[in-house]
Amino acid sequence: MTIHKAPAEDTKPAYNYAYLDEQTKRMIRRALLKAVAVPGYQVPFGSREMPLARGWGTGGIQVTAAIIGPADTLKVIDQGADDTTNAVSIRKFFERTADARTSEVTDEATIIQTRHRIPEAPLKSGQIMVYQVPTPEPLRRLEPREAETRKMHAWAEYGLMQVKLYEDIARYGEITKTYDYPVMVNGRYVMAPSPIPKFDNPKMHMSPALQLFGAGREKRIYALPPYTSVRSLDFEDHPFRIQSWTEPCGLCGAADSYLDEVVIDDRGGRMFVCSDSHYCETRRAEGHRGTMLGDAALSGLVEETTP
Amino acid sequence: MYVAVKGGEAAINATHDLVAEARRGDTAVPEISVAQIREQQALACARVMNEGSLYDRDLAALALKQSQGDVIEAAFLMRAYRTTLPRFGSSEPVDTAAMAIRRRVSATYKDLPGGQVLGPTYDYTHRLFDFALMDTDAAVKPAHDGLKAPLDATMPRVPDILGAEGLMEAELPPEGDPRPFDLTRDPVSFPAGRDVRLQSMARGDEGFLLGLGYSVQRGFGGSHPFVGEVRVGEVSVEFVPEELGFAVDLGDVTLTECQMVNQFQGSKEVPPQFTRGYGLVFGHAERKAMSMSLVDRALKAREFGEAANYPAQQDEFVLYHADNVEAAGFVEHLKLPHYVDFQGELELIRRIRKEREERLARQNEELPEAAE
Repeated sequence: MTIHKAPAEDTKPAYNYAYLDEQTKRMIRRALLKAVAVPGYQVPFGSREMPLARGWGTGGIQVTAAIIGPADTLKVIDQGADDTTNAVSIRKFFERTADARTSEVTDEATIIQTRHRIPEAPLKSGQIMVYQVPTPEPLRRLEPREAETRKMHAWAEYGLMQVKLYEDIARYGEITKTYDYPVMVNGRYVMAPSPIPKFDNPKMHMSPALQLFGAGREKRIYALPPYTSVRSLDFEDHPFRIQSWTEPCGLCGAADSYLDEVVIDDRGGRMFVCSDSHYCETRRAEGHRGTMLGDAALSGLVEETTP
Repeated sequence: MYVAVKGGEAAINATHDLVAEARRGDTAVPEISVAQIREQQALACARVMNEGSLYDRDLAALALKQSQGDVIEAAFLMRAYRTTLPRFGSSEPVDTAAMAIRRRVSATYKDLPGGQVLGPTYDYTHRLFDFALMDTDAAVKPAHDGLKAPLDATMPRVPDILGAEGLMEAELPPEGDPRPFDLTRDPVSFPAGRDVRLQSMARGDEGFLLGLGYSVQRGFGGSHPFVGEVRVGEVSVEFVPEELGFAVDLGDVTLTECQMVNQFQGSKEVPPQFTRGYGLVFGHAERKAMSMSLVDRALKAREFGEAANYPAQQDEFVLYHADNVEAAGFVEHLKLPHYVDFQGELELIRRIRKEREERLARQNEELPEAAE
């Protein structure tokens, strides 16, 4: 144990600000700049081994680590919620390594790292969305070889994807992709929006926020600069449509948000609640009440808190 | 905010305590020390050093202790630590011909300069439990009067013997002898060069490479190799600091090297010769080195103009999937919540079923009318 003996007491060994060394951050920023310059193009980058598991958000974490500064406010969500275990874990990581100021309030955040959702509240100019991406290649399920899919993008050869969507319609009457629904970016690259529900796809289009995508395990970064055209692939006679529910959120009564299904008993009882926990809380604080709110508060499912 | 979700933070804190408790086990049993693991579980430590890409026996032992003996988790700990280490340079290439031999066997020659050195191996043990090991105070006494003859100083590598005759594919550095690729710093692209492939396999999962190597032998790839040589021993690592300008010995590492001799028909340009499969790994890890050398030869298919029909011959397949830390991360991420995506699937499947029922109902209504 000689080479990694702790240095003298006065120089406490410490990790660099936001964990990554500055060289690595520069490398990631270069990849980000290239990604912003070519919207939707997947830029290979020297993804580092992180102290969190591959597939658990290491791409998003590296992107956030490369762009975060002391003046930033970070919000981390997983499935739309701030308090799911992995979101808590990632938020703690940045609180620990970057002294990050964190917030659950979408409006206050300058950086929002997310897995599987885009917040319901509209994003604004100056905000940065950081998406955790498991499979950056939208064509991967159709062609497993990276050497081939890179050529397909280079030639904008997307016929295979159109055929796949058409086959869905022929077999099921509609396109059966419900999340990670492929989009055409800036009229050039087909891009994987990460596994957000297709409900969120329209929010990407012409968004005033900068959107960055990090895939750690697959070592790819891509981006959507503000006000970029993002069109969900479809057909003239089968236009793209998003999910809808027959009932509003049981807690806040929202009829315009993405809903999670919660099983409440073993007799088929269900309730639907907003997946965006902060959106739901905000609405309840404003006095909106869903039909199940009273029951949920009584059974302890919801804490009636004043924010 | 509902409680089922709000528990996130408290649950994470609690699980850290629980895992510490599970790791310690029954406190009536003495705690195992890192030194004990390092000395008495050396083969496990070697695997952790290989798959963690870091030669440090103490840290490998610590990783095994901290991970309750979970080798992949231990390799993960090694890698997450390794990635933070400053790099002050590259060593000189190690010379395995000058290895201080502990074990060296060749399957191609009955005898050769330096001889066969059996060394420590489980190969000829009978796999019967040694119940004496249940007692902790059993001292190790050699039960046999071993041959203690000193080994020859020179132990030429078998492929070099074949090479001198021109029968062995030469290992020549690529044009200009560039610095090898570092797959921990740069993203891999395909087709991958041999340096990338060997690096990837050296840190790849032993079980995965074993399975691939086996597949090549069984017919999913056309290799019929001989073990030219397996050697295990210590090699010194030398480094040339810029300010000194000459090599300084940094210390020894234990390595296992395997060179497989494969047949090759030759081509228009090349006369028939043997081709090489190469494996080099940390510690005493013969199974890994052998598997690696089988797959290394299989991955040379493109260079030799052979059809790459089988998984072991396809660099993208092998390199992307040999990394067990990445693979474990992605497989195990399925434990993370996916209820947003699942809700999308539920909504879709319910709607498709509903539309189907409505369509069938309509058809049933229409049928009786048609019969009238």
